[in-house]
Amino acid sequence: MKTVEEIKLAIEAAVPGAAVEIVPNPSPGGQHSLRIAPGHAVAVATFLRDDEELKLDYLSNATGVDWPGCLEAVYHLYSVALKQGPLIIRMRTVNRTDQVELPSLTPVWRSAEFQEREIFDLFGIVFTGHPDLRRLLMWEGFKDHPMRRDYVEPDDFEYEPTAHDEVLARAREHRSRE
Amino acid sequence: MAVADNKTEKPEGWNRPPVMEPDGDGELLEVAMGPHHPSTHGVFRMDVALDGERVIRLKPVFGYLHRNHEKLAEGMSYLGSMPFTDRLDYICSLTNNWAYALAVEKLTGQEVPERAEYLRVILGELTRFQNHASSIGFLIQEMGASGTPLMYAFREREKILDLFEALTGARMMVNYMRFGGCRVDASAAWLDAARKVVAGLPAFTGEMDRLLSTNEILMARTQGIGVLRPELAVNAGVTGPMLRASGVNYDIRKVDGYGIYNRFNFRVPLGDHWDVYDRYMIRLLEMRESIRILEQALKDIPAGPVMDPKAKLRGFRPKPGEAYGRIEAPKGELGFYLISDGGPNPYRYRVRPPSLINLTVLEDMALGENVADVVLIFGSVDIVLGEVDR
Repeated sequence: MKTVEEIKLAIEAAVPGAAVEIVPNPSPGGQHSLRIAPGHAVAVATFLRDDEELKLDYLSNATGVDWPGCLEAVYHLYSVALKQGPLIIRMRTVNRTDQVELPSLTPVWRSAEFQEREIFDLFGIVFTGHPDLRRLLMWEGFKDHPMRRDYVEPDDFEYEPTAHDEVLARAREHRSRE
Repeated sequence: MAVADNKTEKPEGWNRPPVMEPDGDGELLEVAMGPHHPSTHGVFRMDVALDGERVIRLKPVFGYLHRNHEKLAEGMSYLGSMPFTDRLDYICSLTNNWAYALAVEKLTGQEVPERAEYLRVILGELTRFQNHASSIGFLIQEMGASGTPLMYAFREREKILDLFEALTGARMMVNYMRFGGCRVDASAAWLDAARKVVAGLPAFTGEMDRLLSTNEILMARTQGIGVLRPELAVNAGVTGPMLRASGVNYDIRKVDGYGIYNRFNFRVPLGDHWDVYDRYMIRLLEMRESIRILEQALKDIPAGPVMDPKAKLRGFRPKPGEAYGRIEAPKGELGFYLISDGGPNPYRYRVRPPSLINLTVLEDMALGENVADVVLIFGSVDIVLGEVDR
């Protein structure tokens, strides 16, 4: 398969205006990734899927990552037709609080459907263009996004307080917060 | 080089499920199949909307077995998560362990000694055999055979689980693979016992084949049901026997050649009709191919250590970086994506669950079929809830 540098040039030639940068991976496996700006992501993804030399028609894994300043979605792409891969593409949100939208790649690869729902559920990235974006693993009325590193469990979460000091102090603090 | 514009050869929405219209008017009957259901392979719910017997809409609901595995792993050391990987696809613990060990070995560049690679292949193929046998057994049980083929399969499975217990100390939750090899070595007596078990497996597969493959009820109930087109299967990320039953030649053992699989001579069966019967047949044929690999591996296994003596066990801190390691687990492509920040715990630990992603196309396969066939289609996907929900 082409190297990440060659793929970056191919993307920039095919999708004018796409901002692609290489993210090197220091580990021995050497699976470097390409960071793609969200604006042209669907066009870039369609190019990667349909290009004759890449034919990355199989999205193997879509992951969410919580970094200190933003959230990130990482996609691992393989080619079943040409038996090559992986190519890793990443997209970052602007911040973790209010600008958490990213374009959904479900119209390009259907396997992103459930995985993007899970990333929305557990990290809070809102995927625009997803056909059915709702929570996957947590239930409907659940608040907040559990996989974030600053997630605090609610105190009254099916919890029977016992007569321990620490628990009583927390319950008191929780009640005073309401 | 194709210029990327919005006009591709495929029409818009080609990979979405079709919108079914009910015949006539009147309300659709909405049934929740699950989570308490004898045939849903665990706690799993499908919200189906029915027009008489025909399925108009099917939405799966997940999360009943969500145990927060990924976040727990962020708080534990790398080795501490190994027993938790057993519990992902709880029928195939050894392949889960192997996938995780492979991902960590990719992250650190750790090498694995040859005897350990052979042991991994032997245990992996034994796991694949007992998984496919159980899966066929459960599928036939859901058809109404009330457990007899399942118990035949479980009888062979018990012999394999006895081998696992003798080697690893546990029948199912084995916690056996380590980063750089395996935990304990197999004695010559164990290898002889394994050879005896493997010698009895072809007779069992032949018996299952003779009893089931030309059975009238099986053929009538499964042929033509639950058809999955190959281009949709690839686009939806379906892997494993389900993908090969749709005629796509993609077996990660051949494509990636991880471990020492390129030393073994085995074939990859593919399906022509892409239906439930093909999935049953592919699993049966893969059981036969596993026996071939086992016979070769048990013959050629060399002497040597099973753990790299220079592998770091205490104070294991991989350098910052990330790695994605995947194997051909019995259910599909099981991958682990690890991001390390240089500390003893992973920064991000992600399991790529084959069962969850194979369920993406459940709706497509079940629309228009009778509700009685939904259980069979679902059984042919072969999922384990531990992996779907983690």
